[in-house]
Amino acid sequence: MRLIAENLGGERGGDMVFSGIDFALEDGQSLVVTGPNGAGKSTLLRVIAGLLPVAEGSVRIEGGGEAFPSIASACHYLGHQNAMKPALSVAENLHFWRDFNGDGDVGVEEALETVGLGGIGHLPFGYLSTGQRRRAAIAKLLVSHRPLWLLDEPTAGLDKASEARFAGLMGKHRGEGGIVVAATHLPLGLDGAKELRMGE
Amino acid sequence: MLALFLRDIRLNIRAGGGALTGVIFFLAVIATIPFGVGPDLKLLARIGPAILWIGALLSCLLGLDRLFQADREDGSLDLLVLGNDRHMLALTVLIKCLAHWAGSVLPLVIAAPLLGLFMNMEPAAIGATALTLLVGTPAITFIGAAGAAVAVALPRGGLLISVLVLPLTIPVLIFGVSASYGATANPDPFLQPFLILAALTLFLAVLGPVSAALALRHGTD
Repeated sequence: MRLIAENLGGERGGDMVFSGIDFALEDGQSLVVTGPNGAGKSTLLRVIAGLLPVAEGSVRIEGGGEAFPSIASACHYLGHQNAMKPALSVAENLHFWRDFNGDGDVGVEEALETVGLGGIGHLPFGYLSTGQRRRAAIAKLLVSHRPLWLLDEPTAGLDKASEARFAGLMGKHRGEGGIVVAATHLPLGLDGAKELRMGE
Repeated sequence: MLALFLRDIRLNIRAGGGALTGVIFFLAVIATIPFGVGPDLKLLARIGPAILWIGALLSCLLGLDRLFQADREDGSLDLLVLGNDRHMLALTVLIKCLAHWAGSVLPLVIAAPLLGLFMNMEPAAIGATALTLLVGTPAITFIGAAGAAVAVALPRGGLLISVLVLPLTIPVLIFGVSASYGATANPDPFLQPFLILAALTLFLAVLGPVSAALALRHGTD
């Protein structure tokens, strides 16, 4: 599978935020997007996911086959919000996303163990701390399979141990042929990642 | 899709869900009418079906603004929109509408017979009004979903939704009330307005979710 952006431009509220972005990612490769606040990192991720229209150029996926015909169907998008309901328990939240997104080969309990939240699946999501919420949202990436991960500041609020654990998860995902695109200010521990500097 | 339905039902009945707010508002509207109109039992019985319908309509509009806004605030809406290839967005919206109806509006329909007693209505009139509410209120939710989708990004969209949606719900109100009257007042027909009411619900079950999906698709930012 290949993710290809050609001369990609995105706008927000009628103003061009970035333009002329080119990259091509193969199976197992990753891209780290860096740049100052307001450089358009989040906008770039939302344009790639298809949540915002492409202002110029193109971004597409090749070789996804019948299972993943478009980027939207092939990607996990982890934005600033965690997309979990505070009134439901962590396990209920994850069960919902697993059923809704489909392609689940990892169980909810197993995913929670993997992110270090084993045994707290019964707690309401609203009771968790910021870092725990982020880890629960990361568990959401695991419960259903998607080859492309679009991550917006994925490690915001995580402690050192969780950062390292998440780096391991991304490494495993890439090892299985997955692609990771991450916007970040912090080093993510992605070995051999391509780097895209925005706003310079 | 069943998972989405169950999730929304759970959210509706748990703390802060607002399943009861509508019923309490409905109760407040109906309970004040006899004080305002006065103790004329005949008059109350005559306007009863119309008042029940108006009360139910307003209570339906009350919770609509949270239909998509809650999902937008926590980022779930982005993921629901991205799931378009697996679950067509219009279908997702339809399921959300059905869950909203079952969680917030069905209690109104169940409460309606009890509130009918406040209005000194006959058993036949109460039954007919409850039946027309059961058939007609989904239409209000479906068309309300389109309004909620348009106003999803507005912080205080509730009033705007009501203003947007109210004109479109007038046909539902007209046929709902005339079918309710048709069941008791003899020369008036019951079946014809009732069937038109059912047709309106079916028609809006398609039009509402499709237009809401279109609005949500272009409303992401």
